[in-house]
Amino acid sequence: MTAGIDLGHPQAQSVRSDEDVVRVRQLVRTVAVAVKLSLVDQTKVVTAASELARNTLVYGGGGSVEVATVENGRRKGVRIVFADSGPGIADLDLALTDGYTTGGGLGLGLSGSRRLVDEFEIETSPETGTRITVTKWSR
Amino acid sequence: MERVPILKIGDILLVSIQVDMSDQTAVQLQEDLAERIVDTGCHGVIIDITALDIVDSFVGRMLSTIASISKVLDAETVVVGMRPAVAITLVELGLSLNGIRTALNVERGMELIAAAHADELDYQLDDDPDAETATP
Ligand SMILES: Nc1ncnc2c1ncn2[C@@H]1O[C@H](COP(=O)(O)OP(=O)(O)OP(=O)(O)O)[C@@H](O)[C@H]1O
Ligand SMILES: [Mg+2]
Repeated sequence: MTAGIDLGHPQAQSVRSDEDVVRVRQLVRTVAVAVKLSLVDQTKVVTAASELARNTLVYGGGGSVEVATVENGRRKGVRIVFADSGPGIADLDLALTDGYTTGGGLGLGLSGSRRLVDEFEIETSPETGTRITVTKWSR
Repeated sequence: MERVPILKIGDILLVSIQVDMSDQTAVQLQEDLAERIVDTGCHGVIIDITALDIVDSFVGRMLSTIASISKVLDAETVVVGMRPAVAITLVELGLSLNGIRTALNVERGMELIAAAHADELDYQLDDDPDAETATP
């Protein structure tokens, strides 16, 4: 675990290469452990982050990821924002369908990661690119 | 880029993934394995993922592809050591590890491969057209 991570402030990681996707996974895991998610929930949120960060890289042409802790009464959670200034997602409903891909993948990244987290929001347009915010809460 | 080592143990190639692989490392492993199967004539590949704390769609697809490639090259692939949390997450993600054989650990994986190979030898010896064939 990285020493000295200040969990009070969001941690940023740029996504420019597939090595950066690895770094996003590690960062999300560190924060998920810190807010005491269960092992299964850690695994789910790290997997979702891996899918979304890869999309940021591949379809968004790169971008950035921000990881923060959030609190809601007694529950803590991890919130992750994936942002790129790529072309946006033309048909969101279609893109959120299992098996839909424009890139020869399995088409599970978006639809699957939505199932793996508690909250999932997408803002996307050709002008502003794509911004996806996900949250996973401790139980 | 990191490279995942491939060990040859008897008639089996053993890959124990110990690092959080970048996509490039995963693709490289796929290529290295295909080459080693041909070079060594091994009939079995065991991929030990005990150390992996996640399997996402990219790595899942890589495992499926390795299984398909090895089949074409007359080798059986068995994935061993999947953690329960990883299995749960894979199902929720919607990833079906198509065509992948799994076993609890390396030992069981070796038994599976030995059994599969023995069946195949029997079949070749008998030359029995009604014998069980692998259906895709
Ligand atoms: N950040 C993004 N910017 C633009 N388009 C995107 C972005 N993320 C996803 N998409 C579009 O949504 C589709 C579905 O994405 P999803 O992650 O579900 O599948 P995939 O990446 O094609 O395959 P997989 O993730 O299973 O390997 C993509 O093929 C792409 O067209
Ligand atoms: Mg994807």
